[in-house]
Amino acid sequence: MKVLIPSPLLSYTRTNRVEAEGATMAALLLDLDRQFPGLRFRVIDEQDRMRPHMRFFVNGKQVYDLGLELRPDDSVHIVQALSGG
Amino acid sequence: MVNTSRRQASRKTPAKPRSKKKPAGVSARGVVVLVATRKGAWLYHGDPARKTWRPSGPHFLGHIVHHMVLDPRDGRTLLAAAKTGHLGPTIFRSTDFGRTWKEALKPPAFAKPPDGASVAARSVDHTFWLTPAHGSEPNVWYAGTSPQGLFRSEDGGVTWEPFSIINDDAKYREWMGAQQDGTPDGPKMHSIIVDPRDPKHLYFGMSSGGVHETRDGGRTFAPLIGGMEVVEGFDKSVITYHDPHCVVMCPSNPDRLYQQNHCGIYRLDRPSTTWERIGRAMPAKIGDIGFPIVAHPYDASTAWVFPMDGASVWPRTSPGGRPAAYVTRNAGKSWKRLDNGLPARDAWWTVKRQAMASDMRDPVGLYLGTTSGQVWMSRDEGEKWSCLASHLPEIYAVETALLR
Repeated sequence: MKVLIPSPLLSYTRTNRVEAEGATMAALLLDLDRQFPGLRFRVIDEQDRMRPHMRFFVNGKQVYDLGLELRPDDSVHIVQALSGG
Repeated sequence: MVNTSRRQASRKTPAKPRSKKKPAGVSARGVVVLVATRKGAWLYHGDPARKTWRPSGPHFLGHIVHHMVLDPRDGRTLLAAAKTGHLGPTIFRSTDFGRTWKEALKPPAFAKPPDGASVAARSVDHTFWLTPAHGSEPNVWYAGTSPQGLFRSEDGGVTWEPFSIINDDAKYREWMGAQQDGTPDGPKMHSIIVDPRDPKHLYFGMSSGGVHETRDGGRTFAPLIGGMEVVEGFDKSVITYHDPHCVVMCPSNPDRLYQQNHCGIYRLDRPSTTWERIGRAMPAKIGDIGFPIVAHPYDASTAWVFPMDGASVWPRTSPGGRPAAYVTRNAGKSWKRLDNGLPARDAWWTVKRQAMASDMRDPVGLYLGTTSGQVWMSRDEGEKWSCLASHLPEIYAVETALLR
């Protein structure tokens, strides 16, 4: 599926649109980390929690559960939230 | 080599004889100053006279860099602890003075607690402190994090594992307190110190949470808070209330530690376990509150501090807007103000706990990184200061290394 990557993660992906796969959000993030080592820990902490200033959208709707099931034609956006100056 | 006896004769307060031999040729070598800021990192390469400085940077522009340290054992491994406002914490590693960087494959991260654990799961917000381990353990490093955690790498900072019992020990977790017991930027593990005589003998400080020591390589730790004071009205027997800001070991006498605490300046001479509040000898108008403290590399009687305003709401600025370092040359019996060359008035910056450092030259150079983004240096142990760099972001840490 298509994944939109925010600018802080371009040092990993070099492009803001990548292809990745996974039956769940958790699996998708593991696939992204396989392709772009180190990316996952910058957005998901060691207790498998989304980091405070990162947001995840599936088909335009914000999601909070890494167990959420995904379909191959879903569109996933990873977005940086505001975090001060 | 500088004529030490002549230099000592020029001081108003004679220094005690030095006990650590300086490495041969130390004063012919250039110094590199490593500056970590809230918005990236810079390196300043000095000439042997320490008069001209070649900047390199920004590295990681926009990253919050809490600490950057060069491994003195190999003279080339450089680690930087970084995060951004959005992204989680990581460690970057360079072996060519920042021309190229590689990210750690496994940055410091807490373990997941087992089912039924009595302590809550934690995640590392940022790595705050980096310490190369003992000379007999090449490529071994320690890291301290916020919230308080202790980590170790055995491969030069590429992969990191939780170290010792303390990260998930119920008693230590109680002593670490909660978020509101820490600094505004989160509670810190800092001042990780390795005894040069024994790789299993370590100290660390926690803000809050006291000073602690192990003699068995981290299998057990014990608090070391005798004589340390806490904020008025609180019980000093409660470890959580102790807030050491910075602890250093004297390179020339590893049995002597100096400490700048939330509540004063202290000295500890081992095997004693009772800190002596040597800040009582500071001028009353200045007080003995601050963050950094630096031990002289060759003279254990000499240490420098940079006092700040800890009155009322804790402005954390230079007292009266007049920045100054203070030095003791008699292990804390008396202090001398060192402000020649620093702004005489209307300067409302201060220096954070990691942002004051010495070099290993003779005379020793001192370096200050300010909250207003300036680097100040002295080539003569603080007698005269000059500005090395301006207009940087808020400076979090300054370290030095001798170039080979």
